[in-house]
Amino acid sequence: MNRERTIEVSVGIFVAAGLAALFMLAMKVSNLSALGERGGYTLTARFENVGGLKVRSPVRIGGVRVGHVTAIDYDMQNYEAIVTLVVDRRYDRLPEDTSASIYTAGLLGEQFIGLEPGGSESFLGDGGEIVQTQSALVLENLIGHFLYSKAAEGS
Amino acid sequence: MIGGWLQSLGHSGLCFFVRLGRSALFMGRVAAGLPSLLPLPRLLVRELHSVGVLSMAIIVLSGLSVGMVLGLQMYNTLVDFGTEESLGPVVALSLVRELGPVLTALLFAGRAGSALTAEIGLMKATDQLSVMEMMAVDPLKRVVAPRFLAGFLSLPLLAAIFSAVGILGSYFVGVGLLGVDDGAFWSQMQSKVDLQEDVINGVIKSVVFGWVCSWIAVFEGYDAVPTTEGVSRATTRTVVHSAFAVLGLDFVLTALMFGD
Amino acid sequence: MNQSDSDDLLVRMRGIRFAIGGRQIIDGMDIDIPRGKVTSIMGPSGTGKTTLLRLIGGQWRPQEGSVEVDGVSVHRVGREGLYRLRRKMGMLFQSGALFTHLSVFENVAFPLREHTRLPEAIIRHLVLMKLEAVGLRGARDLMPSELSGGMARRVALARAIALDPTMIMYDEPFVGQDPITVGVIMQLIRRLNDTLGLTSIIVSHDVQEVSAISDRIYMISDGKVVDHGSPRALAESASEWVQQFLHGRPDGPVPFHYPAPDYVADLFGEAS
Repeated sequence: MNRERTIEVSVGIFVAAGLAALFMLAMKVSNLSALGERGGYTLTARFENVGGLKVRSPVRIGGVRVGHVTAIDYDMQNYEAIVTLVVDRRYDRLPEDTSASIYTAGLLGEQFIGLEPGGSESFLGDGGEIVQTQSALVLENLIGHFLYSKAAEGS
Repeated sequence: MIGGWLQSLGHSGLCFFVRLGRSALFMGRVAAGLPSLLPLPRLLVRELHSVGVLSMAIIVLSGLSVGMVLGLQMYNTLVDFGTEESLGPVVALSLVRELGPVLTALLFAGRAGSALTAEIGLMKATDQLSVMEMMAVDPLKRVVAPRFLAGFLSLPLLAAIFSAVGILGSYFVGVGLLGVDDGAFWSQMQSKVDLQEDVINGVIKSVVFGWVCSWIAVFEGYDAVPTTEGVSRATTRTVVHSAFAVLGLDFVLTALMFGD
Repeated sequence: MNQSDSDDLLVRMRGIRFAIGGRQIIDGMDIDIPRGKVTSIMGPSGTGKTTLLRLIGGQWRPQEGSVEVDGVSVHRVGREGLYRLRRKMGMLFQSGALFTHLSVFENVAFPLREHTRLPEAIIRHLVLMKLEAVGLRGARDLMPSELSGGMARRVALARAIALDPTMIMYDEPFVGQDPITVGVIMQLIRRLNDTLGLTSIIVSHDVQEVSAISDRIYMISDGKVVDHGSPRALAESASEWVQQFLHGRPDGPVPFHYPAPDYVADLFGEAS
């Protein structure tokens, strides 16, 4: 009976440890804790070039993560990329003239969308569009420009 | 010469299909026996102990050392690019997606699968299965089904423990010893690791591996030639076949899940 | 061959043929096991004696012929019917085949727990009664690994009679046991048979022991029944083979030599 009890207890500990590990993977390791964002509202923004932006790339305001990219499409009518992003409900007072830019974290880091609030009195709602956008800086183009201008200076 | 070679190839191919068919029928009968376990939770608990609890030590130790080594090696590479904060996501992704399920399944096959095969094979060799049949007790339900179920349930839990412990190991090395920023380690990890894409896919992998490894282990034991030599061969086959199956399936599953 | 001491037959085997791996093990056998008696099946090693038990128990299926136990055709009743039939059968395997992870008590309790819903107190009573019958009530807490071969067989016997079967089959019960254990097992077989009203089938090649406790003996060789009858009748059998077997003569119908070409030709054939 005693042996039986030890077995039962150890199996209980094992199952609990396994579930705790799963829980940790879900809560601490993955973005489950950011799932609240799914209760956020959707915005769209058009860019000429999204560079290395991906679905799930973060959206930040002043460096603070407020949402993420949910879809990237290409509009064949206007030849622009359309980025759909979700912003957490808590940050629902974004002025209408907020601008969006694509930045790179560090020289080689991931790309993200940075929002800069404007001064308008009315705010963006669900499905709203951010009109003022600035495309990603493409490193190759930048270097190319730099080299051309240097070459032009030299001649 | 060529003819003989072809013939033997054909023969072994035929044997392969015969065994595959037999093991599939066997699996069906085991699955049919699973509901009869419901009134007998004790049986399952005993097997969970010998399959799961006794594998904990090796899983925790391996997970810890794999995580620590990953942390150390990745740090050395990442620090050259000044992106040592990416240590968290790199380690977490490789553990959760690949190393956790695969290494756990390989260790499981060596530790628990071989023991399952040997146990069932020896019960067969010592007539314990026959005597059960003669007592009108179906050994598939009484002996094989609880062992299969225990293996099937244990592997995903063990894989989760492996990954979690591995991440803690890399945290210990990266943040504790090498000075990676604590907050960046976790926040980068959380922004890069997706619950559905990575964690749940990893769990699905370990569920598949748990099914395959337990299936192979109980089938080899039940199908073993009931002699000392037969059982030892069956045990070896369990480990080898499980390893092949896990590595092959891992490729297929990875292609299906992350192949876009 | 079908006239018997009593018309009350428990097992009736007719025209059994069984081959495994291309080897014909049983080649047309008719065997009758009378109810309430000890019947032995004797023959040299490897002549399919154990196979017969497995055929009766329904573990194996003959290619031809029929096996009836208690009026039920073993190979036609389906799985459910077979399991119902097996509850009436006990079988003692050569090794005892105790469940190594269960104690002596739990081994004997196993069939009770599987097939009945009896309360624990009654199971305890029954188990102790069965263990008492084989003289091992004091060994109930031991594990199978702590038992001698003879004790393991006695525990297995207690387990085989746990569900009060109609018949019990013994596979080589005397092999590899010391004389005292053999005596104990002989006495147990006979006593259980008579007090519990069992029918016993013994498969063995131990002439002395079998002759002493059997009511009826079948002698089989090469997959066929050579002779059968009471031990006394067999002792006076006209069959030379039976005489050779019973007296353990090295040469006779069963030759000392494995079939080989002529000795002289074999020795000198190379040179010529």
